[in-house]
Amino acid sequence: MSRLAAADVAVGTELPEQVFPVTRADLVRYAGASGDFNPIHWNERVATEVGLPGVIAHGMLTMALAARVVTRWAGDPGALVEYHVRFGRPVLVPDDGVGGEVTVRGRVAALSDDGRARVDLTVTSRGDKVLSLARAIVALT
Amino acid sequence: MALDRELVGRSYPPSPVYEVGRGKIAEFATAVGDDDPVYRDPAAARSAGHPDVIAPPTFAIALTLEAANVVLGDPQVSLDYSRVVHGEQRFTHHRPIRAGDRLVATTTIEAVRSVAGNDMLTTRVDVATEAGEPVCSATSMLVARGTA
Repeated sequence: MSRLAAADVAVGTELPEQVFPVTRADLVRYAGASGDFNPIHWNERVATEVGLPGVIAHGMLTMALAARVVTRWAGDPGALVEYHVRFGRPVLVPDDGVGGEVTVRGRVAALSDDGRARVDLTVTSRGDKVLSLARAIVALT
Repeated sequence: MALDRELVGRSYPPSPVYEVGRGKIAEFATAVGDDDPVYRDPAAARSAGHPDVIAPPTFAIALTLEAANVVLGDPQVSLDYSRVVHGEQRFTHHRPIRAGDRLVATTTIEAVRSVAGNDMLTTRVDVATEAGEPVCSATSMLVARGTA
């Protein structure tokens, strides 16, 4: 894929929504790949002891899933030059054979003269907003 | 106990060199469920204008999380890590991380704040090649709830 052109983007352009299922196996795989072995992401007992309703996804995994919506749209992951999120509510991942989910929507909120688009992301899980101030700056051609 | 404001600006010695392998990038891409060939296939990466396979935008955490641990070891940083949650995260990319990079990470305390009994610690990890080329910065805000 080639990188998206600024001429094909306008303020208000919507990015295709994506829904990502998240299972316990996904959390174990992400723990191994990232090196974040905090037990609240795989151990129900520890998660409930610290006051969580159950095992939750790594915030950084949610951040990574949301980035996929931006990089797929941009056509080149190298186009994402700045990316910020604030972590709000946790993404619960129950051990019920189904797991949790993360839904990501995006919209171009600003476009600069040097061809950079600011994408504002709306990231929810089961209807609750899980990230706030989730913003990506994408360098267009 | 509130964090000492004099910690702001404190920098720690650079990490040992982290060598980025194609296998580690592919493992991380799989863990975030992304099948984009620029993360796995050097030919696809080259046709997209990259010298080798590149890493997903949040890959840097695999080295910056470890590098920022240096702050935990600082006896002057009194943060109750049993109560810490990740509040915010930012990545600024000068260029994508790619296979073959030999990276060093330098951690700096960027801000400390106390709001409503919560201590907030912001660290910035600057990632550069061994030769000094800036690659990215990862800024993390940690919140320790109710430690004041």
